[in-house]
Amino acid sequence: MKILVPIKRVVDYNVKVRPLSDQSNVDLNNVKMSVNPFCEIALEEAVRLKEAGSATEVVAVTVGKQESQEQLRTALALGADRAILVESENLVEPLVIAKALAKVCEDENPNLIILGKQAIDGDNNQTGQMLAALMGYSQATNASEVALDGDSANVTREIDGGLQTIKVSLPAIVTTDLRLNEPRYASLPNIMKAKKKELNVISLNEMGFDTSNRTELLSVELPAERAAGITVESVDELMDKLKNEAKVIS
Amino acid sequence: MKILVIAEHDNNDLKGSTNSTIAAAKEIGTDINVLVAGNSCSSVASEVSNLDGVSQVMHADDASYQNFLAEDLANLIVSLADDFEYILAPATTFGKNVLPRVSALLDSQQISEITAVVSPDTFKRPIYAGSCIATVKTLEAKKIISVRSTAFDGVTSSDNAAEIVSIAAADAQNLSTFVNEELAVSDRPELTAADIVISGGRGMQSGDNFHLLDSIADKLGAAVGASRAAVDAGFVPNDYQVGQTGKIVAPDLYIAVGISGAIQHLAGMKDSKVIVAINKDEDAPIFQVADYGLVADLFEALPELESKL
Repeated sequence: MKILVPIKRVVDYNVKVRPLSDQSNVDLNNVKMSVNPFCEIALEEAVRLKEAGSATEVVAVTVGKQESQEQLRTALALGADRAILVESENLVEPLVIAKALAKVCEDENPNLIILGKQAIDGDNNQTGQMLAALMGYSQATNASEVALDGDSANVTREIDGGLQTIKVSLPAIVTTDLRLNEPRYASLPNIMKAKKKELNVISLNEMGFDTSNRTELLSVELPAERAAGITVESVDELMDKLKNEAKVIS
Repeated sequence: MKILVIAEHDNNDLKGSTNSTIAAAKEIGTDINVLVAGNSCSSVASEVSNLDGVSQVMHADDASYQNFLAEDLANLIVSLADDFEYILAPATTFGKNVLPRVSALLDSQQISEITAVVSPDTFKRPIYAGSCIATVKTLEAKKIISVRSTAFDGVTSSDNAAEIVSIAAADAQNLSTFVNEELAVSDRPELTAADIVISGGRGMQSGDNFHLLDSIADKLGAAVGASRAAVDAGFVPNDYQVGQTGKIVAPDLYIAVGISGAIQHLAGMKDSKVIVAINKDEDAPIFQVADYGLVADLFEALPELESKL
């Protein structure tokens, strides 16, 4: 069984992102970039399935600019067997990424595709579901548990109000939620080994579909600030304020 | 400008996220059609027909929609899409699951989780865990939009009696099947619907200590939530999580206990009307958004608060 893990290069989750002074976009100058945290969970799940003997090959793929090779090397150090960069000149929208991944799926014929539920830059939560639609595959989003069972997989999903388990026929798309697993750190020997693993680069423009953006970013601004509050000295004072000033408890 | 709103419900009751999505639709146009797809869900269809702003209810009743599986629901929505310029769904786990699938099938780039309608083609939405707000204009002829429920005050029932039209089910896909569902059983209100929410963070130190929040929640009729740090630490299940990667809440009163106030968490609760923070670290960022801050050891403050309520 082959598992494809699409990943994304994003601003590191510890970075506090701010708008550019002209508010044309967010300021990404000289900020640390990392593998999107939900993609790390996806990769970890795939590597664990391989370690358990359920999968034979884990292929990491990303659609992005040339520097995304750094994140693919990280994926290789974390246990992916080989990597593919679909190189684009610009950052592209989720639908274009999904179309590019669909082309990769047609070439690679994976049995399972595991992705993060969302990237922490655009917070779109779209790519996995779009890829499932384009391939005509079943989908299990927000997974907290994945159990392979022959030609299908039982996936437990985190839904509003609890958990839902569905059985999806393979090939299928799974998107990861936070509690699926706790990703490992790359060891130094594995980082060294990753440098020698295969990383193929293909061009997005040569894939033969329209990659232009369908939305325009007009501005980026900081959210409205809340007015500063007050410090209360005791539980009694807090209760008094909530009852008599804010009037939110009786 | 015909608008299709996808209703979220559980075959018995409509979810409040639908009311908010209809409210967003009203800011775009007036011809609002609501799809109620489910199994034996005619009571939901009639509930929707009474809502303010609804022009027509499209009711698809079929066993294949019992559990709202994305593959079947997406195909149904696509089969109706020709007539509509807009397709809106709530940005809940329900809407997030199905809408991007619809979007790809219709070859239209979706706009996710809008918090404001600037004009019929321009919307505001949070990015980078709510650190920034983007204003985006869509160039698509068919606009597919998910709506953050807390950003729009839901429409309510009126003397409206919109026509209910039965529509046929689309062909079943049989790509996935429902196995089971474990919904948290609680007498307390659901997080996203509660008027009061009390949440615990890493400062709670263990899952057992959440009973301190439970007893206060019971007295206040509040829902209990948690920060991502508390979920990551395994104190409580992920469905407690309030934040950009969890639930977005905007209750009348939000009480954050032992929560430092990471941007991730603030993105999920800062639209609450009144925010209370209880934390022993006076430099915790949560105090910057709190209306009332109490610098105290939560293990002393919580029992005292509970005894005085």
